[in-house]
Amino acid sequence: MIKKVSRHIVQEEPLLFELSSPGKLGYQLPELDVPEIDPTAALGRENVRSEIEDFPEVSEFDTVRHFTRLSTWNYAIDLGLYPLGSCTMKYNPRVNELVARTEGLAWAHPYQPEALSQGCMEVIAALERSLAEITGMDAVTLQPAAGAHGEFTGILMIRALLEKRGNARKKILVPDSAHGTNPATAITVGYTVENIRSNDRGMIDLEVLNRVTTEDVAALMITNPNTVGVFEENICKICEILHDKGALVYMDGANMNALVGVARPGDFGVDVMHLNLHKTFSTPHGGGGPGSGAVAVAKVLTPFLPTPRLKREGDQWKWSYDLPDSIGRVRAYYGNFGVLVRALAYIMAHGANGLRQATIDALMNANYLRALLEPYYQIAYKAPSMHECVFSDDRQAKKGVRTGDIAKRLIDYGFHPYTVSFPLIVRGALMIEPTETESKRELDLFVDAMISIAKEVEENPELVIKAPHSTRTRRVDEVTAARKPIVRWTPKTNASQAAD
Amino acid sequence: MLAAIGAKSEEDLIAYLPGDIRFNSSLKIDNGKSEYDIVDYFKQRAAQNANGYASFLGAGVYNHYRPVVVDTIVSRGEFLTSYTPYQAEISQGTLTSIFEFQTMVCQLTGMEVANASMYDGSSAVPEAAMMAVRVTRRDKILVARTVHPEYREVLGTYTKHQGMPVDEIGYAKNGRLNLDDLKRRLDDSVAGVIVQTPNFFGLLEQIEEISRIVSAKGALLVVVFTEAVALGLIEPPKTADIVVGELQSFAISPSYGGPYAGIIATREKYIRQIPGRLVGETTDAEGHRAFCLTLATREQHIRREKATSNICTNQALLALMATVFMALYGKEGLRELAEQNLAKAHYLASKLPLEFEGPFFNEFVSRTNGKSPEEMNSALLKKNIIGGLPLGRFYPELKSSMLWCATEMNKRQDMDIVAEAFGQ
Amino acid sequence: MSYPETYKYTKEHEWLHVEGEQGTIGITDHAQHELGDIVFVDLPKLGAHITKGQTFGSVESVKAVSDIYSPVSGEVSAINELLSKSPETLNEDPHGEAWLIKVKLSAPDEMNGLMSAADYEKYVGAE
Repeated sequence: MIKKVSRHIVQEEPLLFELSSPGKLGYQLPELDVPEIDPTAALGRENVRSEIEDFPEVSEFDTVRHFTRLSTWNYAIDLGLYPLGSCTMKYNPRVNELVARTEGLAWAHPYQPEALSQGCMEVIAALERSLAEITGMDAVTLQPAAGAHGEFTGILMIRALLEKRGNARKKILVPDSAHGTNPATAITVGYTVENIRSNDRGMIDLEVLNRVTTEDVAALMITNPNTVGVFEENICKICEILHDKGALVYMDGANMNALVGVARPGDFGVDVMHLNLHKTFSTPHGGGGPGSGAVAVAKVLTPFLPTPRLKREGDQWKWSYDLPDSIGRVRAYYGNFGVLVRALAYIMAHGANGLRQATIDALMNANYLRALLEPYYQIAYKAPSMHECVFSDDRQAKKGVRTGDIAKRLIDYGFHPYTVSFPLIVRGALMIEPTETESKRELDLFVDAMISIAKEVEENPELVIKAPHSTRTRRVDEVTAARKPIVRWTPKTNASQAAD
Repeated sequence: MLAAIGAKSEEDLIAYLPGDIRFNSSLKIDNGKSEYDIVDYFKQRAAQNANGYASFLGAGVYNHYRPVVVDTIVSRGEFLTSYTPYQAEISQGTLTSIFEFQTMVCQLTGMEVANASMYDGSSAVPEAAMMAVRVTRRDKILVARTVHPEYREVLGTYTKHQGMPVDEIGYAKNGRLNLDDLKRRLDDSVAGVIVQTPNFFGLLEQIEEISRIVSAKGALLVVVFTEAVALGLIEPPKTADIVVGELQSFAISPSYGGPYAGIIATREKYIRQIPGRLVGETTDAEGHRAFCLTLATREQHIRREKATSNICTNQALLALMATVFMALYGKEGLRELAEQNLAKAHYLASKLPLEFEGPFFNEFVSRTNGKSPEEMNSALLKKNIIGGLPLGRFYPELKSSMLWCATEMNKRQDMDIVAEAFGQ
Repeated sequence: MSYPETYKYTKEHEWLHVEGEQGTIGITDHAQHELGDIVFVDLPKLGAHITKGQTFGSVESVKAVSDIYSPVSGEVSAINELLSKSPETLNEDPHGEAWLIKVKLSAPDEMNGLMSAADYEKYVGAE
């Protein structure tokens, strides 16, 4: 039975371009206090454009209604559990939004004098300190804009260190359970990728690792806890194997929500890692971004951090550009500062004890779901789960129902689906991460929904296969979208719409 | 809950972490703070920054007014707290707005395809370079010295290890791309030529002429912009092959350097070479219009080491801000806004000694008549004005010059104070 | 769907049909079925040289990409233009209308190691 949601009227809404009507305005500029300039005289006729064809013309209230209506077509963490594994969808505290908008911070220009930017620089320094402490690493850069950007930065530093030692080496080892960004990153930095197979417990096989770790290996990219939610219990040994051959260990910190306050990668031998501030440190995902991919490094890599670096001179912060071993810049300015403010606010609100408690609660929620769902769904690996649990659709597949179908049926029950079909090493994976955010009440509703769906699979698989049934938009034809891509509105597509 | 799990205490939850790995002490982080304390802390930090100054800084980050409605909309939890719209059925809000974003970026730039946004303008540049390499199967990149210096640094970081040599093209006496230097350096190994308009000095480049030269050699022309408001008035780079840029000007606060929203746009024929996410139009099972992420096979989570890029996130929320901004200003507003910027900058420029001749939008380079730019700025700071950017840090040959920007946010009285400081 | 007797097959699920010095290459019905709805086919340029065992193109469904490996070496003499407009043909008629490329064979002996239709059917049955 569906308990969490009921039907609700949904407003329809055309695209802005269809809403547009000549002469409508949604703005008013202040009166010009200098003489007007004739654009063609100032720029030359050839440099002045004619009107922007088909650009919308709508009023302010049209705009408010338009986007408010669109917003009601979205699911969001504010509406309920968002159990995407590996994505760490947790509550985004509103005070963080408020402080990020503080005028003196939000409207600070990156090139304004350093003496007049001390507040921003202190925020950056404070967050760097906190993240170094949380990870047990030597130093942190906040420049990368997202997780994959952080990976790029980290691997580039590894390359710079190895080059400095005289040999950049050739390849990066990546476990088959890794995120797709890992191999893509290695290539961007000029390495080849060697995949290593996980053992039947979903972990790295030490024997295999020993064999493939040669003098050609620059680094191992490891996710820990890994993407099946299992802690690599041999992590110390793994680091040792790599280090013995002069190679380094990169840790993808996507799953750091399982470790904050209970274990520190710097303590178990990791040389460099990134953190997704939009996951572990609760900055809003915003429908796909912005993120921030802070990178923490052990001492050996500190000289290679991107330019510029903060340094303290007397009672002032300065930006230092004189870093001979640095890999250079990975983006303009100093990073996604607005995201950094939010992450620091999150850390301040929790404090040391709160951060640790959040981890414990995340582990508790995941293991609670696992315990209650295991009778109905096949757990992928018996090893203890950390902050997420991975099932396979083995039992449901016998009825012709796959993980993607169960996911769509969850929508009818008022939940966002879990992560579907990832990690790739689990056939038909259901990857569930509840985070510490969720109450027992919300978790019980979810368990209830999952059990109810498992029963539907037995009794009426068609119901699940054809889901969702109650959404404004039904299953979307992705095949046609890919075969005949339409990626912008034109008056022509509008005409054919009208004719439909 | 512990009983359901079969654990006796919370500590049991981490019992299987090997003992030598467990962190048994307490993090050196202060105790949790109240909401009041947090707000107060950031107010204090803000108070350490510039407050109450008029600013003439641009150089890739612009001070434009943000209409109130923009914040109203992006503060809605349905946009703010949703994930990447992989589940199309319950993400139509985000998907529809991105489709509108892609469309408006095309309309603005004169391109046919735009993606759902990039991290920022600077990282979009190397992505465009790599795209040019994929399309042409050549390896060399030429970049104008008048492209934002930090963007060029980022390009250097990205290309270093991918077998992509990068060469710079100088600027002529008039501050615009040196066409002779371009012709001299352009050979059959060049995959892409990267120029910026308005360029870092605020001057418009001759895109059509450059594009003729570049395409004659079979290379792709990549046009960069940092000031999106200019596109309300200036001819879009229709003859470019790839356009990349920064939409910070569209309601995104400077925020000490980020987060912003980059764009990449190109021609239809290169659609499969474009990096990042794309939203496409399709129908749902009942035949109604619907949107979904499409051509995902270009992306890292499927193609892994063969992906067009390792990019995973985009800047959806910032792209939404830009979309709302574009909707509010619309066809007429964007032009009027651009015309105001043009008028303000030309007013200020008329009072300062200019370094370069040639058409400029809302930024220009001035000399400083004997004083150093730093001295000039110290004097202005006393009058609560943050002056232009001293160029010596990026262009040693221009150490006596500074880059000024004036937008609709700058008042005439402040410009008159600047003029006075120049003794005009 | 049955596998034509006159074709040869690879373990990577390509087929080869040789007539004189020219070979036609496609992917098998099994391959198209495994991929699901095909949305895009990436093929080499005319005149390109392809090598046995090396990838020369790829086939994409909505959420997967599959490389195509060449069963033989040679020079590409024709590519199937139909597939760029209608990739779905590959789902409908993989052994016929939806051939991928034609190749001028440079080492016809190479085809000796390939599977017969019967062997291939056994192979996919066991997979």
